[in-house]
Amino acid sequence: MIPELGHFALILATIVALIQGVLPLTGTYLPSRSLHITLQSLARPMAILQFVLVALSFAALATAFLTNDFSVTYVAQHSNSLLPKPYQFAAVWGGHEGSLLLWVLLLAVWSMAVALFSKSLPLDMVARVLSVLGLISVGFLLFILTTSNPFERLLPAALDGRDLNPLLQDPGLVIHPPMLYMGYVGMSVAFAFAVAALLSGRLDAAWARWSRPWTVIAWTFLTFGIGLGSWWAYYELGWGGWWFWDPVENASLMPWLVATALIHSLMVTEKRGSFKAWTVLLAIAAFSLSLLGTFLVRSGVLTSVHAFASDPKRGVFVLMFLAVVVGSSLTLFAWRAPRVTLGGRMELVSRESFLLANSVLLVVATGAVLLGTIYPLIIDALNMGKLSVGPPYFNAVFAPLLVPTVFLMVPGTIARWREAKVSEIAHTLRFSGLAAVVLAVGLPFVLGGWSFGAMLGIFLGAWVGLGTLQQVVTRLRKPGRIGLSFWGQNIAHFGMAVLVVGVTGVNSYEVERDVRMHVNDVVTIAPYSFQLKSLGEVAGPNYKAVRADVEVKRGDEAIKILQPEKRRYFSSAMPMTEAGIDSGFMRDLYVSLGEPLDDARTEWSMRVYYKPFVPWLWGGILLMVLGGLLAALDRRYRA
Amino acid sequence: MKKVFIPLVFFFCLVIFLAIGLNRDPREIPSPLIGKPAPAFNLVTLESDKTFSPEQMLGKVWMFNVWATWCVACREEHPVLVAFAEKNQIPIVGLSYKEIQPQDPAAKQSDAIKLQVARERSAVWLQRHGNPYTTSVMDLDGRVGIQYGVYGVPETYVIDQQGVIRFKHVGAVTPQLLAEKILPLMQGLGKS
Amino acid sequence: MKCIIVFLMGLCVGLANAGEASPMAEDPVVEARLVHISPELRCLVCQNESLSSSRAELADDLRREVRDLIRANKSDQEIKDFLVSRYGDFVLYRPEVKPLTWVLWFGPFVVLLVAAIFLLAYLRQRRLVVQPEALSDADRARVEQLLKD
Repeated sequence: MIPELGHFALILATIVALIQGVLPLTGTYLPSRSLHITLQSLARPMAILQFVLVALSFAALATAFLTNDFSVTYVAQHSNSLLPKPYQFAAVWGGHEGSLLLWVLLLAVWSMAVALFSKSLPLDMVARVLSVLGLISVGFLLFILTTSNPFERLLPAALDGRDLNPLLQDPGLVIHPPMLYMGYVGMSVAFAFAVAALLSGRLDAAWARWSRPWTVIAWTFLTFGIGLGSWWAYYELGWGGWWFWDPVENASLMPWLVATALIHSLMVTEKRGSFKAWTVLLAIAAFSLSLLGTFLVRSGVLTSVHAFASDPKRGVFVLMFLAVVVGSSLTLFAWRAPRVTLGGRMELVSRESFLLANSVLLVVATGAVLLGTIYPLIIDALNMGKLSVGPPYFNAVFAPLLVPTVFLMVPGTIARWREAKVSEIAHTLRFSGLAAVVLAVGLPFVLGGWSFGAMLGIFLGAWVGLGTLQQVVTRLRKPGRIGLSFWGQNIAHFGMAVLVVGVTGVNSYEVERDVRMHVNDVVTIAPYSFQLKSLGEVAGPNYKAVRADVEVKRGDEAIKILQPEKRRYFSSAMPMTEAGIDSGFMRDLYVSLGEPLDDARTEWSMRVYYKPFVPWLWGGILLMVLGGLLAALDRRYRA
Repeated sequence: MKKVFIPLVFFFCLVIFLAIGLNRDPREIPSPLIGKPAPAFNLVTLESDKTFSPEQMLGKVWMFNVWATWCVACREEHPVLVAFAEKNQIPIVGLSYKEIQPQDPAAKQSDAIKLQVARERSAVWLQRHGNPYTTSVMDLDGRVGIQYGVYGVPETYVIDQQGVIRFKHVGAVTPQLLAEKILPLMQGLGKS
Repeated sequence: MKCIIVFLMGLCVGLANAGEASPMAEDPVVEARLVHISPELRCLVCQNESLSSSRAELADDLRREVRDLIRANKSDQEIKDFLVSRYGDFVLYRPEVKPLTWVLWFGPFVVLLVAAIFLLAYLRQRRLVVQPEALSDADRARVEQLLKD
């Protein structure tokens, strides 16, 4: 009964979304005043109603999971009566159909947020923005109802479910997809504002000021979601890798890069009224890349460890939806953009030009990632063969593109609006620059050996870190209140510096030992030693595991007992590794249990890692998230 | 053309490629060995310790079929091969690929015992399901498979009188594939 | 004398109890080369994994082949050629630089160069354009009010 109600709520939600998508927008075109107002006023209540209906539908699916209703096909495929309750809830988005419902729910959340927090916006803007969001909702809801219904019944009902993929049975699954989707879906708000601006012909600084906080919040969620995914892969997959340039990962990175360009471009449009067409195009691109990501992940066009079970029929639907949404918005852009006014004067060297360079670099980097991701597809489609494009390519091409982008972060924030002098900037930064060079040249030797990559990475990290600190100190010396957006900017930029150092450190100085161990054997990565103290069997709610107790010492001082496990879930043939990790400020110690090497199971293969600066990777991302949050909360954005 | 249309045109091309991609299988790997000589090898067979090498098939058009008793899809294609072998006078040589899997208890035994066990299992399986092969060579460690670019079982090759690989199919052979592709190819080769 | 015996016994017990773990790899030199080259090679039966991380059976076999080739003193390029001649370009994660992949390898940098040129040209031309300052919101509201009356 409840699944049917959930299904019905979804149908109702589609109708409401259709009303939300069509009527307010029509209202903006009508000459009659009263109808004009009435139709436009429908936008807010419809958005709220749509949220209620989708939330009910989601609750129905969650109930099916939590009550072990295996007469629902989707529940039988992704859950199990032995699955712990939190994972039963998270399993709602463990598969394709449910994750789409999550997407639609979050879209309804964003729409409702826009409806509730837009008091200062003129009614016609609200109407247009919510209409666009409504139309997008219609598309996704129809996608679910026609090709991916999570409420389909399984008759006769299964006795028990197939269980959630063991890889997903982890706290990471509970928050990574919702955070990531909040980011992806949040880009639709920036998109809706851009389309609304194009439709109204009012593309100005006010539009930029309205758009900015929404875009920054979406960016913040996306940053957090990507960081969570990366951290999850790091501790869950057993060898401490954190980025694989997998198509699905690229699908999340591309909107992030463009969204970063967008929030910086919005700055210029808001402050100086410039780059309006470019900013609008970036907003369209960011959401288009979100939709493209949805297509790539669910259509079966690319192979990926993350991909959902593919179905060409679904692929066709998403592709058509993508074509309609992006095609129409780009057509609208081509039509309306030329009429846009240019904005204030700017010199060749000015904050505006630095920000434009930032945009260009980020867009080219996005293009490189896109090219690498779909190149095999293009070559295959042209019948010119089958090739693979993997991490060696991306690392070789992406890193050089990012170097100037990161470098320009510092002069860009120092340069004045409208007109700036390079000599002046250089003079201001002379000490930071010198310190960065000294650290870059000297630090590698202290850390374990010189390499070009280490030097470059340390230089960039130190340059941005010191340059940012310098600006904060300079500003603190001046009188006057400091707004949250200042803190947000600098904390986020500092976070980037920390991230760069983290990546450089772990890539250049990581040590791995792949060894065979009996009880009492020791492996050493100076100054740490790892001793296997015991092996035992443990039982979990839906798995059995072998757990190793590994004592970590620094010199003679015992630090911790790590407990890596090798789990055998009842539902899966593949054994799962749970790594034992000791995290410090400057490094992680990572131990992973392999396979038994003899019949008596007394000798096991183990991998032991010393990963310097890895915590800085996560720390840097968290700082960026904090920075984004602070920037969005700045008082000039509060309605 | 105005610059503002560039994004739209670019997007349009992208959609075309994605649409074409929907009809392609990204995991299917075409073989670079087509048109190249079949890699040489010398392996003992299922039937005897006398070795077999592809050289012995020069002058004939033949099929080389990679199989194993643990392979489910092989069971599906096997009746097709058996029927094909009976109807046509085209020799099929089998490659028993990694019959003893790593997780098999027999895997820890000596090579001689592994070979014996593999032969026994294969013989029993062929007796039960039919034997389309003129002979079956034993590739216990999969090395010959790698020489032939084998990445999954079953796989089937067509090799001509000069010992050149002319065709490769990955996956179970269907009657349709035999009738439409393989048979015409082999007959065409047979004439020349 | 007793002290020496006790000491030696203690040493034996100590050694028996805490041995240094031996590396998984039989030959660290070969293994080092394998670790270097395996991220460049694709596991053909996996969903996008390299030979360095995959635990699939074919990956084990391919790593064995690569080790044999390393022991035979083959260069990295020769090892890659060996695999490509059997499995095609698909097996390489770093696409070879050839006419087919020029767009892939050089495209981003060419685009960057072109974009930089356009950017400079745009900014040069832009500084000459004098536009009236955009109306502030307060002014705009006043104008609307005036027009309404």
